[in-house]
Amino acid sequence: MDNLEELYNDIIMEHSMNSYNKKELDSCDFCEMGHNPNCGDEIKLEVKLNGDVIEDMAFTGHGCAISQSSTSVMIDVLKGKTIKEAKDIIETFINMIKREIKDEKELEKLEDAIAFKNISNMPARVKCALLAWHTMEDLLNKKGE
Amino acid sequence: MDKIKKDFPILNSNSIVYLDSGATTQKPQIVLDAVNEYYKKQNANPHRGAYSLSIEATRVYEEGREKIAQFINSPSSSQIIFTKNASEALNLIAYSYGLENLKKDDEVVLSIMEHHSNLVPWQFVTKRTNSKLKYMYINEEFELSDDEIYSKITDNTKIVGITHVSNVTGTINNVKKIIEYAHKKGAIVVLDASQSIPHMKIDVQKLDADFVVFSGHKMLSPLGIGVLYGKKEILENMNPFLMGGDMIEYVYEQETTFAPLPSKFEAGTQNVGGVVGLCAAIDYIEKIGYENIKKKEKEVVNYAINRLKELDYIKLYITPNEENHSAVISFNINGVHPHDVASILDANGVCVRSGNHCAQPLMRYLGIDSTCRASFYLYNTKEDVDILVNAIQKAYKMFEKYFKK
Repeated sequence: MDNLEELYNDIIMEHSMNSYNKKELDSCDFCEMGHNPNCGDEIKLEVKLNGDVIEDMAFTGHGCAISQSSTSVMIDVLKGKTIKEAKDIIETFINMIKREIKDEKELEKLEDAIAFKNISNMPARVKCALLAWHTMEDLLNKKGE
Repeated sequence: MDKIKKDFPILNSNSIVYLDSGATTQKPQIVLDAVNEYYKKQNANPHRGAYSLSIEATRVYEEGREKIAQFINSPSSSQIIFTKNASEALNLIAYSYGLENLKKDDEVVLSIMEHHSNLVPWQFVTKRTNSKLKYMYINEEFELSDDEIYSKITDNTKIVGITHVSNVTGTINNVKKIIEYAHKKGAIVVLDASQSIPHMKIDVQKLDADFVVFSGHKMLSPLGIGVLYGKKEILENMNPFLMGGDMIEYVYEQETTFAPLPSKFEAGTQNVGGVVGLCAAIDYIEKIGYENIKKKEKEVVNYAINRLKELDYIKLYITPNEENHSAVISFNINGVHPHDVASILDANGVCVRSGNHCAQPLMRYLGIDSTCRASFYLYNTKEDVDILVNAIQKAYKMFEKYFKK
């Protein structure tokens, strides 16, 4: 139970229930849908670029507290970053969840997204935490094509 | 400790409350012992060897078939086909009966409550044969009304697929009425008894169903053994589904003649150990008796419904008509996603399922993504319910303080 209450902490709960990032942008350059068919979780990411900097981001959709908060926290972290920086952060987040990070220092660039570290103890919920990050990864890869 | 619960090692060695029997049941010691004994003393490839151990394995396997025939009152054991589970049995029917018999503009009618296993194969088969797939929808009491049955099953209907008990709502469908009406319209009926046979006596002749399928693992037996019952004249006219060893008579370079029932539908080495486990499970169920199982389940399930109804933030997806409800309770906590509920319940030692329960069309029809599902069986107790309700209250409290004012 300790682990669980650590996971459902203030950052995650506030972002899942009352996220200021949950809205539609007036205009956006890129948009990507992500979904986990097994849960029914669905998110839509919207991204506005200024050159190669992520100027603004927002999401809409529905799902569990983990998937919703993970999306919102990701937006906080990636806003203002270059595409290259964003890709690096996404990779680090995914590796953190997979427990493939050896040097804890590397996690500093994840800012608040570190809050999801313990999700790796709950294999059933890993896909909830990763939904937004994989969706953003797809979006950035498509953008590069 | 509850007298029945004592028989289930996993429920004693773990401090868990197991409420996912609709997905798979736990196994009593006597089932585990029976399988163990088979592999220790009788195991060989059935129907193959001339040596006595193989003959012994064959005897065990075929006696198992006899036992299952008696258990569901099949007129003969040759109408009992072993499969790996209900899904494989349903695919067998869809491929070997559906593909061969459906013509353009024929109709297959299903209930919207069907598990994907009694739905996706029919999508495939109706598309292939240019026939139509129609659904009987449930009313606000989560039941199929007579009007719905009579209006959807028509003279064009050739196959009706119906689950005896819904794995989401726990609704017990009036399958006797559906079968009678379908027959009047000239259709055959495929009955999915996976969720009913653990809880109630199935008499295939009384029901007059054309096909009945179920999985052993949902009724205390090991994983990997399922049963298909079919009417003899229908099974005899069907082509084999899977081909290979033991389902043949003569194999030439270009032609093969097939074995008679039941071997025609049992290609490859069969799961004798699974049959042994299923037979031991039947012994266990019959020793306790369906009447006693039902009585205990009713008591526990009704207690759970009443306790959950006390919580004003819980929505239940069950019929108000007690006599039409089995041992499954789907519910949601207002404002909390089922996956979060299930994780918090898990942290409190309570195993429930969350998700769409392999019934996405039903979820979409109900306008929801998912539910939590507590499904009960003979080993569950009122104490289990208390622990469940406690954990639900904890989950709600964790989220309540973050709700928008």
